[in-house]
Amino acid sequence: MKEYTYTEKKDTRSGFGDGLLELGRQNPNVVGLCADLTGSLKMNAFQKEFPERFFQVGIAEANMIGLAAGMTIGGKIPFAATFANFATGRVYDQIRQSVAYSGKNVKICASHAGLTLGEDGATHQILEDIGMMKMLPGMTVINPCDYNQTKAATMAIAEHDGPVYLRFGRPVVPIFTPADQKFEIGKAVMLNEGTDVSIFATGHLVWKAILAGKTLAEKGISAEIINIHTIKPLDVEAVLASVAKTRCVVTAEEHNRLGGLGDSIAQVLATAHPAPQEYVAVNDTFGESGTPEELMEKYGLTEENIVAAAERAISRK
Amino acid sequence: MNPHNQSIEELKQTAAQVRRDIVRMVHAVNSGHPGGSLGCTDYFVSLYFKVMNYSTDFTMEGKNEDLFFLSNGHISPVWYSVLARAGFFDVKELATFRKLNSRLQGHPTTHEGLPGIRIASGSLGQGLSAALGAAQAKKLNNDDSLVYVLMGDGELEEGQIWEAAMYAAHHKVDNIIATVDKNGQQIDGSTDEVMSLGDLRAKFEAFGWHVLEADGNNFELLLPALDEAKAATGKGKPVLILMNTEMGFGVDFMMGSHKWHGVAPNDEQLEIALQQLAVEQASDY
Repeated sequence: MKEYTYTEKKDTRSGFGDGLLELGRQNPNVVGLCADLTGSLKMNAFQKEFPERFFQVGIAEANMIGLAAGMTIGGKIPFAATFANFATGRVYDQIRQSVAYSGKNVKICASHAGLTLGEDGATHQILEDIGMMKMLPGMTVINPCDYNQTKAATMAIAEHDGPVYLRFGRPVVPIFTPADQKFEIGKAVMLNEGTDVSIFATGHLVWKAILAGKTLAEKGISAEIINIHTIKPLDVEAVLASVAKTRCVVTAEEHNRLGGLGDSIAQVLATAHPAPQEYVAVNDTFGESGTPEELMEKYGLTEENIVAAAERAISRK
Repeated sequence: MNPHNQSIEELKQTAAQVRRDIVRMVHAVNSGHPGGSLGCTDYFVSLYFKVMNYSTDFTMEGKNEDLFFLSNGHISPVWYSVLARAGFFDVKELATFRKLNSRLQGHPTTHEGLPGIRIASGSLGQGLSAALGAAQAKKLNNDDSLVYVLMGDGELEEGQIWEAAMYAAHHKVDNIIATVDKNGQQIDGSTDEVMSLGDLRAKFEAFGWHVLEADGNNFELLLPALDEAKAATGKGKPVLILMNTEMGFGVDFMMGSHKWHGVAPNDEQLEIALQQLAVEQASDY
C-alpha cells in the first residue's frame, strides 16, 4: 500500500475560497454570488478584493441562480455559492430551466454538503444533491477530496464551458493531494494499485478509503483505491480497467446510496462488466444533529465500514 | 438603432400580420397559447419594430444592443412571429411551431439554437432574475444599452419574482425595463378569483421601483409610455411598466376571457379570426 501522509488539515470550503480569489486575479470575467453565507463559503477575500464583481443576493437562492444564468449572457463566469441544500434542492427548477436546459456557464458551488456539517441537523445535511445534479443533462458534477484538490477544481471549472456543480464541505480533513496538481475534469485519480478489490471513493470518503487500504493491506488484501472526484462525466474507462483486474467493487461516498457515485458505478458495471458491489453510503435516510465524527460512525461512513465492505465484496466474487 | 423604425401605421399592419401568424400557428398544431400572445402583440411589435436597438445578426451577448427576455414563455407564438417578421429567421419556419425536430418549441429555448432567444422560459417566475443578471453584466461591460423583460400578471404569484424585485432596487439595477402584462387572467380564471394581486403599483413602489402604467393595445398610448420608461432608466431605480392588455385582443370571440389562454381555434374559428385580422397585404407564411 502506497504511503500517504499529511502535515495539515483544512476544510475543503477554504480550498474553494482561495481558488476563487486566485481565479479572480487571473480572469476578469469571474464573478461571485452568494446568498448571505459569504463567511461560511470563505468568499470574504474575493469580496474584499473584487467588490464590483461580488454580488450579495440575500437569502434568495432562486433569484441567485437566475441572476447567474443571466450574467453568463454578458460573458461572465458566475460562481454562485451557498450551502449544498439551498444550492440544489431548493432551486432545482431554476437550475434545470435557466442553467442546464439553457446551457449556461454557471458554476454552482455548494458547501456544507453531506452529514459532516454536523450539529445543524438534517434540514441542512443534504444527502441527495449528487443524484439531483447528475440527472440534469449537460451538468458536470465534481466532489473533490481535500483542500488542495478543491482549490484546483475551483480553478479548473472556470476553463470548462458549461454548467458545473462543485460540492465541498465544512470539516477539516487531511491535505494529502499535491498543491500543484493539475485538475482534470472527468479523470479518475489512481491512489493505490491493487488486485483484490476496487475502492471508488469521492469527497471526504477518499481519505477514509486510504486508511481502509492500509488496514486491508495488513490483512493481506490488496486494494486498488481510486479517487472519483468527477461523478459526471464518470471516468468509465478507469472504472472498467480496475474492475477487469479486481472483479469486485466498493463505492464510498457521503451521500444517499440512491442516486450517488455508487449508482453511477453500478450502472457501468451492470451494462459492461457485472461484478459484486458493496455500497458505503447513507442508507436512504435523513441525517440528524451530532458531531461530524459521531454522524459518520452512526450512518456507516467510516474506515471500518469500508474495510468490512471490501471483505464482503471479495467474498461474493 | 432599430432596424425597422416603423411608423404607427406600419406598426399596425405588422401587428395584424403577427396576429394572423399567431392564430394560424396554434390552429395548425391544435395547441399553444393564443390569448396572451394576441394581447401582447402590440408590445412585441413596438419593441422589435420601433423601440429596441438591436441587430438581427444575432449574438448571445448582444453587445451594445438592447436585450429582450420573455419570462412568461407560454406566449411563445407572438415572440416567434415577431422574431421571424423582424428578420431573425425565415417566416416559413413558423410552420414548424410545436412540431417534432423544430427550433420553435412549445416554450422558448436556447437548446435548439433559435436566433433571438437567450434563455429558456416556461416554468414561470424566472425571467426577471435572468434579465437582471444580464443587465448587471452589461454594467460590468460598460455597455449602456437596456434590458427589457416581460412577465405575466398571474406569474407574479411566483415568489422568485419578489426576490428579484427586492434585489433590483437594492443593487440599483437601473438599466432594466420590466413590463407586466396586466390582462387580469390566468388559467383557472381571473387573477381576482385565483389569487388577488392587489395594488401592483403600490407593491412595486414599496419594493423601490419606478412604476408607470401603459395601455398595451394602443400604439398611440403605448409608444409614449415606452419612451417615458426609457427616460426613467439610469436614475438609480429599476423601471416597471404595468401594461394593461386584453387577452385575445384583435379577435372578438377570444377577447377578455381566460378561456383562450391555452386553447387553439378550430377551422371555423380560424376563418373568422383571419377575417377580423385583415391586413392590406397579407403575407402569411
